[in-house]
Amino acid sequence: MSAHHHDIKSWVGRSIRRVEDPALITGRGRFTGDLAAQRWVSFVRSPVASGRIKRIAPPPGATVMTASDLNGVKPIRPMLHKFNYIPICHPILADGVVRFMGEPVAVVIADTEEEAEDIAEKVELEIEETPPLIDARAAIGDGAPIVHHEAPANVIVEGRVKTPGFDEVWAGAAHIVSVDIRSRRQNALPLEPRGAHAAFDPMSERVTLTCSTQMPHLMRTAIADLVGIPESDLRVIAPDVGGGFGQKMSLTPEYVALVWLAKQLRMSVAWTEDRRENLIACFHSRDQYVTLQGAFSADGKLMALSADVLANIGAYSCFPTTCAVEPLMAMAEMPGPYDVRAYACHARGVVTNTCPIAPYRGVSRPVITFALETLMDKAAKTLSIDPVDLRRHNLITTFPYTSATGLVFDDASYRETMELAVAALDIPGFRHRQGEARKSGRYLGLGIATFSERTGYGTPAFAARGMEITPGWEVVDLSMDPSGRVEARIGASPHGQGLRTTLAQIVADQIGIDPSKISVVHGDTDRTPYGFGTFASRSAVIAGGATLLAARKVRGKLVQIAARLLEADAAEIELEDGAAKVKGTNRFLPIEQVARAAYHKAHLFTDLGPGLSETASYDPAGTFSNACHAVIVEVDVGTGGVKIERYIVAEDAGRLINPMIAEGQIHGGVAQGIANALYEEIVYDDTGNILTTTLADYLPPTSHEIPAIEIHHLETLTGDTLTQAKGLGEGGAIGAPAAIINAINDALSPFEISMSEIPATPQRIHAALQQSGKWS
Amino acid sequence: MVVTKKVDVTLIINGQTHNISVEPRRTLADAIREDCGQTGTHIGCEHGVCGACTVLIDGAPARSCLMFAVQADGKAIRTVEGLAEGGKLHPLQQAFMDCHGLQCGFCTPGFLMLATGVLEREPDISDEDLIDVLSSNLCRCTGYQNIIKAVRMAAEQMRSN
Repeated sequence: MSAHHHDIKSWVGRSIRRVEDPALITGRGRFTGDLAAQRWVSFVRSPVASGRIKRIAPPPGATVMTASDLNGVKPIRPMLHKFNYIPICHPILADGVVRFMGEPVAVVIADTEEEAEDIAEKVELEIEETPPLIDARAAIGDGAPIVHHEAPANVIVEGRVKTPGFDEVWAGAAHIVSVDIRSRRQNALPLEPRGAHAAFDPMSERVTLTCSTQMPHLMRTAIADLVGIPESDLRVIAPDVGGGFGQKMSLTPEYVALVWLAKQLRMSVAWTEDRRENLIACFHSRDQYVTLQGAFSADGKLMALSADVLANIGAYSCFPTTCAVEPLMAMAEMPGPYDVRAYACHARGVVTNTCPIAPYRGVSRPVITFALETLMDKAAKTLSIDPVDLRRHNLITTFPYTSATGLVFDDASYRETMELAVAALDIPGFRHRQGEARKSGRYLGLGIATFSERTGYGTPAFAARGMEITPGWEVVDLSMDPSGRVEARIGASPHGQGLRTTLAQIVADQIGIDPSKISVVHGDTDRTPYGFGTFASRSAVIAGGATLLAARKVRGKLVQIAARLLEADAAEIELEDGAAKVKGTNRFLPIEQVARAAYHKAHLFTDLGPGLSETASYDPAGTFSNACHAVIVEVDVGTGGVKIERYIVAEDAGRLINPMIAEGQIHGGVAQGIANALYEEIVYDDTGNILTTTLADYLPPTSHEIPAIEIHHLETLTGDTLTQAKGLGEGGAIGAPAAIINAINDALSPFEISMSEIPATPQRIHAALQQSGKWS
Repeated sequence: MVVTKKVDVTLIINGQTHNISVEPRRTLADAIREDCGQTGTHIGCEHGVCGACTVLIDGAPARSCLMFAVQADGKAIRTVEGLAEGGKLHPLQQAFMDCHGLQCGFCTPGFLMLATGVLEREPDISDEDLIDVLSSNLCRCTGYQNIIKAVRMAAEQMRSN
């Protein structure tokens, strides 16, 4: 580990300003909704959770399309080849049956957005309602309604694991400790809702789809397949994208409809999702039950873990990952950063009449960390061991470590980050303060959560899940033009992460030019190599690695050419400050002259080939970043309200390419984790109607609710990624719910309350206090 | 359909006059973006909650999604496009860059206009009141800390100018 010992000349490791910012702070950003269109559409959505469509009656003279009009457009059918996955079809417009409130049943086309919305309101729908299924536990109960006839038991994916000898270890344990937790349903809530603009070009007969997405290339593949056109006839552009957090990585039927309409109408057609649509019909997340049991020895060693994961996946499976991503990741990563050799898990994904679930920042790990870390605190109490000591006793400390599920953990600092966080907290001082506060009826609590974040994984990790589409690798095309400017074209698709800046820093170090002379192009399938986009804390690691490899190739060629032009040995050439220099001499050439020679004097370097364009790909096995979150809260026992007094993150994401950007990711992740822990919840009533349809009901936190976040870095320079960086985009969201709930439980320990449901709203805390019988 | 008769409206945006003809129900946000082509003002909820559409009207921050264009007839409107003057960034814009006060940038124009309006009226605003004011708008990326830092930095700079 090292803390910020970077070469002074290196661009990597410096908090340079982002190249993304100048346009965004002056109103020159370009988002999907900024484009004008010839026609606008509005989707007519099901007002009920479950039913059979009897009649769809548009007003006279209106242009309205329904499922029967979408000739030849196939339904979305995500596929997984393992874990008893049952493929189900997701029609672009509801085809005879509606399966969740908000499902699109018809699309209105009009000259303006207002007109389209007016018409949509006048479309008469007659739907014969059938009993809806809302809750995951109800879905596996006797006599549950069936959502898809292909899955009569409502279970569409099921994984089981049990290590050999598990039962003997379990039977020999001194203590069995259990938690039964629930994460309610969240919406990732990018501030820019979905939007799409599909334009038909009569000359080329191509359609250009500009849309708010994290995965432009996969959108092209999927939509071309479903509409029945070659991929070359579709260009997908992800312009500035106003946040994604996972919600914009999955394919949405609305985008498919737009491309089909543009082709049919031979013009440009646009749709902008409104916030209500986003809250009811764009992808939801979390909504899981986890029952977790730990078998401990008398001295506090975790000997075995047994988990039951039940994930509500909503009405349809998401493309490309499938809905299996949540339960299967939970199954693979439940033991987290702890050394435990005996493990059993039963993980299921069940369909219900609710909005489809898709990955959201952290994917299953906020929930499993919540389960595991509340289990550790409960075990500490049961065994009368200090919770920090219990973790010290069980955290992984030797590397590489192969987990009970076969994951290989590279070098990390689980113990060290926890010690850092704990030292910053001053636990003895806090305990004294806590005791004093209680005397005056104030309840302070301290909670910690340690976790591992598997990041930057390539095809092997996805292949292990049996995904029909196995993402993982990234390609980067990198060229220096004759004027000495560099362009890196990437398949990743950042939308706020500052990747253009961090990749420019990587290239700058290789080629010895200022990052301002390097542009990174992304989000346009006509301009960039095929790739999988930005998700799963992968881009700095994977696109970063491919960028480094491509930059090294271009560097190698520049060095060769410069050596010949300067009549020196290649080993004597160094590239820095925009020049190729002969070491230890005053001989140099501006890099522009070397670049020009590569193009215009190629006859001198026939063995090297003309130009300065190189391609590289990278497909790593993956790495694990880690962190410990430590929180102090105060719970108002009168109202059930929680105030966060202090929030500490001690984290290790390997080499930090741009510490400012890395810390921004942590801040944002923690804020979303706090939202998950205390505030945000999509609420369905018993009929499957959503009650939280505005931001005033859904309660995303404001500057009032998010505290200052104190960050401590360690940098374990992993050998498992090319840049020695580990991803960290999701970590903030992973640790926060567990740490906060542990802190609440600590605060409320005089009442012997253990909150097991997030968000821990004032109502839930108040109800728990009343049920405790120890509070009045 | 219920398309109603259009009315003539004059919007003065960043000192430039836009004579437009809109339905009475057209929101100011839509008029600024679509009729006047100033797309820097963003729309995040249309319920008046997120504040992405915040603009200054006669110097005061307002949710342009909650106003009709006709209500802003003849008033001086300022949007993010008018913040930088003569190619020089406004201190708030510079501070947002320096403090990493933005990630995806979608909420940024709204926060910039909110903060501009507040600091022009209350240059000595306390830290506590500032957090209170900034809680008017939503950001999903930054966790707010760097936005607060940026506005404090700009406030200091604007006071010393």
